[in-house]
Parts: sequence; C-alpha cells; structure tokens
Amino acid sequence: MSKTIKGQTGDWEIVVGMEVHAQILSNAKLFSGAATAFGAEPNSQVSFIDAGMPGMLPVINRKCVEQAVRTGLGLKAQINLHSVFDRKNYFYPDLPQGYQISQYKSPIVGEGEILLDMKDETIKVGIERLHMEQDAGKSLHDQHPDASFVDLNRSGVALMEIVSKPHMRSSEEAAAFLRKLRSILRYLGTCDGNMDEGSMRADVNVSVCRAGGYEKFRATGDFRHLGTRCEIKNVNSMRFVQMAVEYEARRQVDILEDGGTIVQETRLYDSKANETRSMRSKEEAHDYRYFPDPDLLPLVLDQAWVDDIARSLPELPDEKKARLVKAGLSAYDATVLVAEKESADYFEAMLATGIEAKAAANWLNNEYFGRLNKAGLAITDGPVSAQANAAIVKMVADNTISGKIAKDLLDIVWSEGGDPVAVVEARGMKQVTDTSAIEKAVDAVIAANPQKVEEVKAKPKMASWFTGQVMKATGGKANPGVVNAILKQRLGLPED
Amino acid sequence: MSLPSSLTDFSLAEARDAVHAKKVSSKELATAFVKAIADARPLNAFVTETPEKALEMAVASDVRIAHGEARPLEGLPLAIKDLFCTKGVKTTAGSHILGNFIPPYESTVTQNLWDAGAVMLGKTNMDEFAMGSSNETSYHGPVFNPWRARNSNQNLVPGGSSGGSAAAVAGNLCLAATGTDTGGSIRQPAAVTGTVGIKPTYGRCSRWGIVAFASSLDQAGPMTRTVRDSAILLKHMASVDPKDSTSVDVPVPDYEADLERGVKGLRIGIPKEYRIDGMPPEIEQLWQKGIDWLKAQGAEIVDVSLPHTKYALPTYYIVAPAEASSNLARYDGVRYGHRAEGAEDIVDLYEKSRAEGFGKEVQRRIMIGTYVLSSGYYDAYYARAQKIRTLILRDFTEVYEKVDVLLTPATPGPAFGIGEKTADPVSMYLNDVFTVTVNLAGLPGIAVPAGLTENGLPLGLQFIGKAFDEATLFRAARAIETAANFTAKPAHWWRAA
Amino acid sequence: MSVDKDTVRRIARLSRIALPEERCAPMAGELDGIFKWVEQLNEVNVDGVQPMTSVVEQRLKMRDDVVTDGNSANALMANAPQGEDHFFVVPKVVE
Repeated sequence: MSKTIKGQTGDWEIVVGMEVHAQILSNAKLFSGAATAFGAEPNSQVSFIDAGMPGMLPVINRKCVEQAVRTGLGLKAQINLHSVFDRKNYFYPDLPQGYQISQYKSPIVGEGEILLDMKDETIKVGIERLHMEQDAGKSLHDQHPDASFVDLNRSGVALMEIVSKPHMRSSEEAAAFLRKLRSILRYLGTCDGNMDEGSMRADVNVSVCRAGGYEKFRATGDFRHLGTRCEIKNVNSMRFVQMAVEYEARRQVDILEDGGTIVQETRLYDSKANETRSMRSKEEAHDYRYFPDPDLLPLVLDQAWVDDIARSLPELPDEKKARLVKAGLSAYDATVLVAEKESADYFEAMLATGIEAKAAANWLNNEYFGRLNKAGLAITDGPVSAQANAAIVKMVADNTISGKIAKDLLDIVWSEGGDPVAVVEARGMKQVTDTSAIEKAVDAVIAANPQKVEEVKAKPKMASWFTGQVMKATGGKANPGVVNAILKQRLGLPED
Repeated sequence: MSLPSSLTDFSLAEARDAVHAKKVSSKELATAFVKAIADARPLNAFVTETPEKALEMAVASDVRIAHGEARPLEGLPLAIKDLFCTKGVKTTAGSHILGNFIPPYESTVTQNLWDAGAVMLGKTNMDEFAMGSSNETSYHGPVFNPWRARNSNQNLVPGGSSGGSAAAVAGNLCLAATGTDTGGSIRQPAAVTGTVGIKPTYGRCSRWGIVAFASSLDQAGPMTRTVRDSAILLKHMASVDPKDSTSVDVPVPDYEADLERGVKGLRIGIPKEYRIDGMPPEIEQLWQKGIDWLKAQGAEIVDVSLPHTKYALPTYYIVAPAEASSNLARYDGVRYGHRAEGAEDIVDLYEKSRAEGFGKEVQRRIMIGTYVLSSGYYDAYYARAQKIRTLILRDFTEVYEKVDVLLTPATPGPAFGIGEKTADPVSMYLNDVFTVTVNLAGLPGIAVPAGLTENGLPLGLQFIGKAFDEATLFRAARAIETAANFTAKPAHWWRAA
Repeated sequence: MSVDKDTVRRIARLSRIALPEERCAPMAGELDGIFKWVEQLNEVNVDGVQPMTSVVEQRLKMRDDVVTDGNSANALMANAPQGEDHFFVVPKVVE
C-alpha cells in the first residue's frame, strides 16, 4: 500500500503513530521480588505486593530503571534525570491495586528517533517519550461459562511504553517501525521481543487526511491538519500491523467519502476476519485521576550513572550497517543482515574468520538464507555453523573450489554435516587449476567440433558454449577463468 | 523503686525493669492484662483478643529470661491497633470490607516489637480505615472513653482514630499500645484519654504492612501512660526498612537516654495562629500553664508565627481523601475481604461489595478524593493543596531557625459525648485542627497530659519538633509531665457494668 | 461551584460505590458543605510554589534484580472469596 489512497473524491494520506509496550528484560518485577518468567503456573509468580494486599508497598528494581535508560540511549533520546511515578486509577479484575503505577507527566525518557530503511529512502520517525509502568494480570474468559479467571503472574511486570510521533505514512512504514524498534531492543538486551508471548504489543493510531495535510502538520506541528485518529489495540505481529493499518485507513476513507465523520475511539484488530472493530466495553468515559504515587519518591538519576550505561551500549543496527557498508557491502545487503540480531551475529562470526565481507554477505544472502527459508528455519536453528559457511566462502575465494561446487558442498554439509575443508578433500572436489590438464580438455573439445570453431570466429559470444563443454568434460572442477583464457588463446579470440 | 500494687498499673518501664529483675514473670503480667481486657469489654477497646497467643508468647519470654537471653521488651504485653497486619491474626482496619481477612504477613513495626520480645494481647478498635476523630466510624461499634466527667454516667468518645488503643492504655488494659496518626489519630485520642502519644517524623517507622489510609501522611507511633514509655516503645517500633521506599535512612537513637536532660536553654516557640476563635478558656489557660512551667525550668519562650496554619485542615481534607480514594480501590471483593452476594456482573460486584463493605464516612471520603482528582478539578483542588503543603512546611522551616520546638494545645477541647458531633462532618473534622499541620509537614508531634478540666476530664498539650528530632520532644514532654504531675486515673466504672 | 446530584452519581460510579438514589441528594449536600469550607484555600497565593511531592528528603531507594518472592499461591488464595485451581474467580467480564 502506498502513502496515498485514491478515493472517488480525491487522494487521501495515511498517518500512523504507534505506542509499543515492551516488557523489560529483568529477573524480578518492577516493584516486587516476584519472578517474570513466561508460562508459569497460575498465581505462582505473585508477591503480596503484586496482589494488592493491604499495607503492601512498592520498591523499585534498579535493573528495570537501567534498562529503560539503556533503551532511551539506544533511541538517541533525552534521558530525564528527574522523573515521577503516578497512579493511573481504574477498576479491573486483573488490576489488583485498583491503579497502575505508571509515569504520566514526567517520563524517564523524552524525545528520540528511529531510522527506517525503506526501499527507496530512509525515514526518520520521532519518538515522543518512553516511560516505565507495571503490567496488569491476565483475565481468562474461556475457562467457565459465566466466570472469568484471574491470574496475576504478569501483574507488576515491568513494561516500557514507547510512544512514537505520527511520522509513519503507510502500512509498510508502520510494520518497519515495529521491526526496527524490536531489533534495537534486542540488540540492547532490554526486551526479548517475543511477540507471541506478549513481550511486545503495539497500539496503532491511524488517521487519514487530504493530500498535503501531513506536510502542513509537519511544517506547523498543528494536529488539526491531520484527521481524527482511531487507536487499534494490542496488535501482536508485524504482519497484523500492516494489515490492520491497511484495513483501518480504507475504512476511514470510505466513511469520509460517504460524507461521514470519524469518531475517535479504541478499536480491536481481528486477524481472523482481517477487520477492526469498535471496543464497546471501553467506551465508558475514562477518568484515570492520575496523581503522583505517594508510596514512591521522585526517581532521581545521576548523570554519571547514565554515562556509565551509555559507555556500555552495544553497537546498534544503524552503526553496524554503516560499518558494513564501509567494509564493502551494498546498503541493501547490510540492511538485511543487521535487521535481526541473530543474523548480524552470525555474519559477524563469519567475518571473524578473516574472510572478505562482500563475499560473505553474497553467500549468506544468496545461498544460506534461501535454504533456511525453504526449510522454515531460523538462523539460530540452521544446521551449518558460521565457521563452516565461512570456510566455504574462503575456499571459493582462494580458488580451491568453484562457485558451483561450493553450492554442492553447502548441500552436503547441510544434510550430512562435517567440516567443509575435509569434505572437499575426501570427495576430490577441488577445482583443477593445472593448465596442462585443462589445455588437454580444451584441445579435445576443439578437435571434436570443427564446425563450431568456424561459427565462434564469426560470433565470439559463442565461446561460452565451449566453456560449458570443457566444464562438463572436467566434471565441473576446472577453474572457469583458466578455461576461458586457454579457449580464447586456442580459438584466437581477442582478450577482454 | 516502689512498685504499684496491681500489675496492670505498671508503666512499661516499671514492668520492663521488674521482668528483667525477675520480680515479676511475663506470664503473670500477661495473665493480669488478659483478665483486665476481659473485664473491660464494655469499653469495646479490643476487636480481637488473643489471650492464647499472649500466654504462649509470655511463657516463651519467661524461658528466655531464665536463660539470660532477655531482649529489650521481653515479656511486655502490648495492644496493637487493628490497622497493623498481624500474621495469622484477623486484621480488619475497623471495616466490614476486610471481612475476616487474615494476613499472611506481619507488619514491619509489629515484627520489630516481637523481635524485641514484646507480647501481643490483641487488636484494638479504631475508626474505619483510621478515618475519624471519635472512634465512632468503626464497623465494630464505638469505643467508650475510660474517663467520665465528674458525677456523670455519660459515655464519652476516646478520640480517634486510635481510640481503642487510647482507651486500652488509659484503662490499664495493656502496658502500651501502637497507634497510627494521619491527621492526629495518635495525639488527639491520647490527649482526651490522659495518655502520651507521639507521631514520629514521617519515614521514621516503616509503613510496610500497615493498612494504608493516606500514604504521604500515615505514620505509626506509640501510645503509653508515660513519656518514658513512649521513648522506650518508639525506639523499638522505628527502623530503616528496605521494604518501604519512604522509610528514611537515619539511625534510631536511644530516646530514653536523653529523657531527663531538662529544658534549660531550650528555645520554645509559641505559634500565635494556634490561638483560634472560640477556643475554650480551659485550653487557653492550660497552654499558659505549660508556658509557665517550661519558663520556670529554664526554657526560653519565643513568640512565633506560622501564617498558613489555618489552611492546614482544609488542605488535609483534600490530600488525605485523594490518597485514600486510590489506596482503598484495592478493596473490590476479588482477592480478599467482603464480596456482595448476587452480583450481576463485575461492575455490580464492585459497586455492591464496596457499598456494603465501606461505612458512611469512608464512602464520603472516597467520594471527596475521587472528586478532587477527577478531570477538570485536579489543579483547583489537589495541585493547589500540595502547593499549600509546601507553604506550610516552609512556615516551619523558617520558625525552626529561631526555636528548637513548638508548644501548642493538643485538642480544641476535652472528650465529648458519643454521637454529639456525628451529624456535621466539618465540626468533627475540627477536632484535628491542632494536630493535622504536623502530618502535612511530615514533622514529629507529641501529646502529653497536662491537666484536667473543671469536670475532671483530661487535657493535653502538644510539642512539635524538627524532623527526626524526637529526642527533644521527649525531653520537653517529660518536663511538662514532671511539672503537671498528672496522676489522675479514670474510675474503673466498666468493671461494675 | 456547587455539587449536584448528577455529579454525585458520576463520582459514585467512578468510585465504584453503589449509591441508592435517596442517598444522592443528602450526599450532594454533605459534599457541598465540605467543598464550601475548603474554598478558603483560594485565598492563598500559590504563584510560583512547587507542589509537595514528598516530605521526605531522600533519593528513591532501589533494590537489586533478584527473585525473592512468589511461589505462595496457597497463601495468596487463602482469603479469596472465590477461587478455583489457584485462579481468582469473578463474574464473567465481557471484553
């Protein structure tokens, strides 16, 4: 889907902003010493604090604060040395205290940015803020016909809410934002990014406006140039983000073109029906009565501590990409390789053996990733180690094997395992670079095909036919470069 | 040392010394108080009596004493306000909404006391969720003040919210008791029952495990028959608690050590704003008497001004209900406590359980708090109140450049009759007019008995100190105690009843 | 401003307290009385005054990231009005 939707009355622009809830990677919860592991027995990871028992008090987990700061630094954002925890008051069975401890007026992280590498351009999406808050528990509605069951294991787990500015303008950009954010968080080690387990959830704000409205908004900062937005809750995959935005934008355009108006509301994306639906139960006007949590003091950080965290930051995708491009990779290859931390790590492990970056990237992108995709395997589950793939690339580079043989070799190592160097040795896969052997083969082919020799003199491009015949005669092991050189000399063709 | 004739007449200090000297066993003490409590049921001071636990703990204490392993409060029987969560012992906060809640944990303050060897007699009655100044809002019914006016059979309130603790101390039903003070709930009942009560500096005692009313104001403290007893008990209630983010990291001094240092050279401020319109002459006279006593003992009296004093009470009635409305949201009938029958859906369950579970005053305060935090009113009420709090604290900070401690009346009058002030909330709220400022500023305050009204009812004076300077408060209060020589005791009329 | 019955209903709803219709008017009167009394705060000049965030002058303490709590589902459920298989049970919530 492009940035504009063609309507009967003219063009419409899509504008998307996102609020992402990311679970902070920590052993214990934000304000209690209960564990955070996924999938535990019901109510087994709940302290009396998480259950809102009388007289229980919160004490903050230093690691969670550090992770929030680390994430802020990774998003090139302002770190606020003074932030405040507020209570957001509302009643819900999985909210035991009757309020969520969050940061409302004074978040720990302010404005930052994320770069998105789209097909033809790099887009900068502004980050509005990042704040820490508690997760709620879980209500299960399918256990009993007229009862809901409440499990508080998630209650009190630390979350970061990361809020973007409305700087995305298509469903692809929305999905790319979530993908890039996830990548950064995983590089930083601040969130595991497991969307299936709910470690990352996105609320997507979608609006449409007349063509040109977005530019006016960017120029003035005036939201009135944008349309009324709808918030789509808890979209839990990149693909669903894309589909939800597409559906929702189209829905809004249809309403507007029929002369209707968009009602600001919360909607739910139903992935089975591929549609968004109004969440009627949330329609009751909320009044969260935020006020500073009197059980906690303002969170005051030392600049020196923040600086220490900054110094410990790993290389992030954008920097890694820049380094790889400098090392000779195309921007595209570099983008693909750094997108997932695991593939980047794999690639770095290959480079660590001393092979050339460009060759390694080509090999991974053209050969190994294709095989992984076909087998439906993640890079961490693939059967061939980074070192083995590097060894193959190295053997191609130093002419030990031909490119064609390399592919066969990968197939063997893929299915049978083993050290590629040893396999090449044992199966006699080394390419022939002995000129006398190749000369003999070339002479034999020329002698057997006098008519073709005449033809090639008129049409030099036909030389490749001879190359093929020689390669066939040598079982693919002849070095194609050497074959071509000898052929040209024997056939009296000009050098390139 | 001449010991009192009855064990229940012992002060905490006397009992401590007697137990340590093996003149009295812990079991004897506990037995005497268990009987006193049973005899005093007409006062309704206790909501849960724990005689078996008391005897069991006392016997264990006697074993330790025999082995020479006595701890500072070894074998001393105490009463605990029902706001403190006590592991395995029902804790109701004076409310129906907690139902038969039995905490699976022990509050830090009570744990500190048990760790020091103290013995638990039971849980004392209180205003529901500590919201009240007369102990009349309790789900368990009102507490009667052990004191009655001369030649009167009228039942009087014991003050609130720690009314049960105050009555238990005044009626010799325990050696001492714990209380909590959000706007005066220790000092005001202490004053109207002729006992000593101190609200320590905010952050001095851990709030962990105490059912919260207003988190930024709540503070636990001792209620005792003598100043020395309060000094002893506070030492063992207070601690630096890693489980409470607002517990302050200041070591707990030995308050008893400095007790007799006197007030010579101490600069004592008399804030003029505490001379309020319509103040009974008895209070005015008592205050002047206090000034004279202190002067006579060598203190320097300084007239000072705390200009924002009159705004403290209305400020309190925004801040405290706001925090309470949020703190009490957890009582929803889902995980513990009262759940209404026959709810149609979850919202119905909440609304019915809370309507049935909370009493009238608590409902009113939740409503006030919800209102002042709600959209459109926050700035006009809550934000403004918190700014005025800053000004109130600033008043004190400026005055403490000139004086060491302040002397004020503790209450605007003596104990009043049951039901006399329940009709008009604001007239009830005015009982805390002298005490509430201290909570807003987080400072320590102590009430000490100073005399009787013409009708023979006790009255108290209050000292307000600098943050974490409880030691000076004890010294000053001890000076008043010595000068006043307050020896009056309520007649034990309830035993006949 | 004065507190009317509609306001009382709205606040009761936000507070999740069922307030019988006959209590609305008296409650409005009580709240109105209290807010009238509180209005004296408007006399105070609070320009440039920071709202108090805490009376305690110290840094927020932080704890280490260590699991020290949990595995107490039985104790947690012991006071529950209704529970099943270590779940708290409430009337069906419609999403």
